Amino acid sequence: MRGLFSGPALVLVSAFVGFCGFAFEAGIPLWEAVFMTGIVWALPAQFVLIGAIIAGASLPAAALAVTLSSMRLMPMVAALVPLIRTRTTPTWALLAISHFVAVTVWVFTMERVHKVPREGRVAFVAGFGLTIATVNILIVGILYGVISHLPAMVGGALFFLTPVYFITSIWASARSLEVYFAMIIGLVMGPLFHTVDPELGLLYAGLLGGTLAFLLERLVNRRKARRDE
Amino acid sequence: MSSDAGIDLWPYIYIAVAGWLATDIWRWLGVLAGNRIADGSPVLVWVRAVATALVAAVVARLILFPTGYLETTPVWLRLVAVAAGFAVFIATRQKVIAGIIAAEAVFLCGIFLLGS
Repeated sequence: MRGLFSGPALVLVSAFVGFCGFAFEAGIPLWEAVFMTGIVWALPAQFVLIGAIIAGASLPAAALAVTLSSMRLMPMVAALVPLIRTRTTPTWALLAISHFVAVTVWVFTMERVHKVPREGRVAFVAGFGLTIATVNILIVGILYGVISHLPAMVGGALFFLTPVYFITSIWASARSLEVYFAMIIGLVMGPLFHTVDPELGLLYAGLLGGTLAFLLERLVNRRKARRDE
Repeated sequence: MSSDAGIDLWPYIYIAVAGWLATDIWRWLGVLAGNRIADGSPVLVWVRAVATALVAAVVARLILFPTGYLETTPVWLRLVAVAAGFAVFIATRQKVIAGIIAAEAVFLCGIFLLGS
């Protein structure tokens, strides 16, 4: 799998190294961190989930927060499915491989899937997804034990990888204006709403900030359309 | 919620319901939506915007209100490091790895110079 040594895969590995540092700092036990990596397989959701665990949030509150952070996966999967399925691809196979779709796998697949013959695309996604998920589960498992023996600064520095990874990778994968708007507005609104309401501030920032970004995008595109006439 | 002996299953149930179900439900819906939602429809644009803003809010919180060791580092250092990372990312024609390395370099240099 040469894809494993591609830029996005290396970045993802460093992000999971960061996740490992974060889970350790947050006091999440090793097996829970490993379990979470395999079963959730979406870094933002994992961070929100750990945030909820630290805050001692109830299960419904945690599920709601994670669900909102994972919403972005739906349009990603919906955009990928028409590219990889053939007329005979069973729906259960698509449901099964959809588990591997996360930001990095999606960016990687959308870039390269055109070079793979259509009949082989489902297998291509399954193979790449399964391999990179396994590698990262192993990394979390092995590194976790190592981090506990290193100075606190190392865990902190590794944890610091994550915010930079998200800002840059989302910015790089953006194809339309509202993503840039939402990114900037969310960065400002997040801490603002957090100081007002630490528990639900995240949801308010997402809903209000996202809606504002959406309206801005509509406004800009309408202006542009009018100018082009 | 915690037992004295054996494996405590509650955290795993919590992770499975609040983590796995809450996440995979969107992947499954994405498969079912597949061809049905037109690309570029306003609903899709709004969903993407809300999702992005939410992740951005999480990111800002990680930078400004971290836990553990990072809490002991100055806020301005964290902000300068992230800004430097983003600047390098833009300057290198959006190379994510370059941005990450730059941010870590600034952050670690700051820690050592401050002598903490």
